[in-house]
Amino acid sequence: MKYVDEFRNPEAVARLVEAIRQRAAALPPRQHPWQLMEICGGHTHTIFRFGLDQLLPDNIEFIHGPGCPVCVLPQSVIDQAVALAQRPDTLLCSYGDAMRVPGHHGSLLQARADGARVQVIYSPRDALDMARRHPDTQVVFLAIGFETTAPATALAIRAAAREGLTNFCVLCHLVLIEPPLRALLADPDLRIDGFVGPGHVSLVTGNAPFEFIPAEHHKPVVISGFEPVDLLQSVLLLLEQLQQGQARIEIQYRRVATTQGNPGARAPVDDVFEPAPLAEWRGLGKLPRSGLQLRPGYQAFDATHLLPDSPAPGTLPTADSTTEADPRCRCAAVLSGKLKPGQCPLFGRECTPDTPLGALMVSSEGACAAWYQYRHQGPAHGAH
Amino acid sequence: MARTERISLAQGSGGEPMQRLLRELIWPVFANPILARQEDQARLAFELQPGEQLAFTTDSFVVTPLQFPGGDIGSLAVQGTLNDLAVGGAVARYLSCGLIIEEGLPVALLRDLCLSLAKTARDAGVQVVTGDTKVVPRGAADGLFINTSGLGIIPAGINIGTHRLAAGDSLVVSGPIGEHGAAILASRQELAITGDLRSDCANLSPLIQTLLPNAGLHALRDMTRGGLNAVLHEFAEAAGATAVIDESAVPVRPAVQGLCELLGLDPLQLACEGRLLAVVAPDHAEHLLQCLQAHPMGQGAAIIGRLTPKRNVPVILNGLYGIERALPPVSGELLPRIC
Ligand code: SF4
Repeated sequence: MKYVDEFRNPEAVARLVEAIRQRAAALPPRQHPWQLMEICGGHTHTIFRFGLDQLLPDNIEFIHGPGCPVCVLPQSVIDQAVALAQRPDTLLCSYGDAMRVPGHHGSLLQARADGARVQVIYSPRDALDMARRHPDTQVVFLAIGFETTAPATALAIRAAAREGLTNFCVLCHLVLIEPPLRALLADPDLRIDGFVGPGHVSLVTGNAPFEFIPAEHHKPVVISGFEPVDLLQSVLLLLEQLQQGQARIEIQYRRVATTQGNPGARAPVDDVFEPAPLAEWRGLGKLPRSGLQLRPGYQAFDATHLLPDSPAPGTLPTADSTTEADPRCRCAAVLSGKLKPGQCPLFGRECTPDTPLGALMVSSEGACAAWYQYRHQGPAHGAH
Repeated sequence: MARTERISLAQGSGGEPMQRLLRELIWPVFANPILARQEDQARLAFELQPGEQLAFTTDSFVVTPLQFPGGDIGSLAVQGTLNDLAVGGAVARYLSCGLIIEEGLPVALLRDLCLSLAKTARDAGVQVVTGDTKVVPRGAADGLFINTSGLGIIPAGINIGTHRLAAGDSLVVSGPIGEHGAAILASRQELAITGDLRSDCANLSPLIQTLLPNAGLHALRDMTRGGLNAVLHEFAEAAGATAVIDESAVPVRPAVQGLCELLGLDPLQLACEGRLLAVVAPDHAEHLLQCLQAHPMGQGAAIIGRLTPKRNVPVILNGLYGIERALPPVSGELLPRIC
């Protein structure tokens, strides 16, 4: 754990906080705080777990972005997963993250309690092993995530194809990071001044998905690691750019991420997947070319074929799928930095982690859920 | 019985196959004069002295895999129940043991687990005096479930329990936390993580006996399911107080921390099976800590925080950078984060 300790070191954190304070004081004064969006749910988690937001000076704020794949999972995908799990000969394999996400008829956890076969796994390889060991069982892997999880999924599908496995398939809701950011930045009232980029995604993609942010919107991006020191260093780099009126992509997470990313990880993804014409995002609606679907050569591994009213390949189910569960839901305003989670009228009342109405309350990485968990009744910030 | 033999439903039928299982496997393993009477109840000659109290507890053990680094379901079923007695200050005397066996369990494995159970009991100086064996159809149990109940005596003059908790008390853990939960997670087939992870499961009684003379000792609890977090919430609620703990003071071994980072879990919520939380009057805390550290099972002990007058949440974690945050109670099953 030496590796991690070094990036959590309290003295290093204190030094960075002081440097941030000085930088922030040098920024031009204005009415509302400078807002920095951390795109990735992993960053949101670190910020709340270590209370980093409370270490920042008053004129700097974190805005919690759309980069949690569980939060943006539409209910319709959970419904499909539940339907598959309820088939008598099928075992549904899911990351732990997706187990609690409610669909229209309950979550995978509830489905399992009702007798459906659902298994928590840690990587697509585990699901593949299940299929190898249980040839009589149809194993369905619920593939969610951004560019980070896509390579392992692609490799599992390729292995299944090579081995001629007929009892392994994938319910695919892999999504891409650039389209939701484009949608967000298209909002003319957007208040965000800079972006903390997701280190794990960049390690696969490189800078490409973020290049339009400085180029088209003149806002800085710093690709960041996930430890407290990483995040604070990234904030400092963002403030330097803001102070100098610059906007470019910088990589703080040099020990892992590069400008080019990892072509070796992208190759299997490009081989197995192609962009889907339309993907649905909880809280953001339908975004063109924002998700991945299996290429024609790999259609045999598409689990939607097992569903009773399976849609034609390349189209996504539209049947009463809800993107905004409640008209009062303010997820979009929270995502674009206009509202704090606690200012949503549903927060902590109708909308709680046990009864999430909006995307941001679904997983512990979601802005509202993290806010609820750590801050709702929190000692330092009793009110919301 | 052949090495490859597996348990069959017939062995739960009550007829000759069952008698044979009991005769050849169960009774020899647990042999003692009370059990040897083969009666439907164990008759125990207890004579309580004035001020002594009987302590009685029961617990059921379900764990996958049945054998894991540092222990198995047999030793766990004894230690768990002994610890439940010990944290009340009781000296354990007798155990019951109920086995619910899934059809198909290898007989050799059952024998190993029963031997481990019996040895753990013998080492602790307690007898398994009554029991029950059932066989259930394949799929109705996960290999083997064990229920144990324990009977012990609390000596006169021992008075510890949640009724004595008070704001101001110090919170002391007996060693690094989360090791059982981490070892179990790591040894699951799907995970195939190797590393320096062993369950901490142990009989806490010898350690607790050294603590009981401390006049400031208010309460003890072994941290099992839900880990330190769950015990802190229980104690805070019982005391009508808020527990404030210092993140940097809580001992966690690097291997456990590493697994937690990998899976997105919190060591504070992982089960322990051989660690306790002691609540002690503040002026007796240092002495209690020395007693713990002097014992082989308490070498990693640490004072981690205190009970304070009630605030708006039951448990507060004082983070590495001096930022306080609410520590929410464990909700349901621990689900690792991947994405
Ligand atoms: S409280 Fe619920 S509905 Fe409101 S913004 Fe948060 S997630 Fe959306």
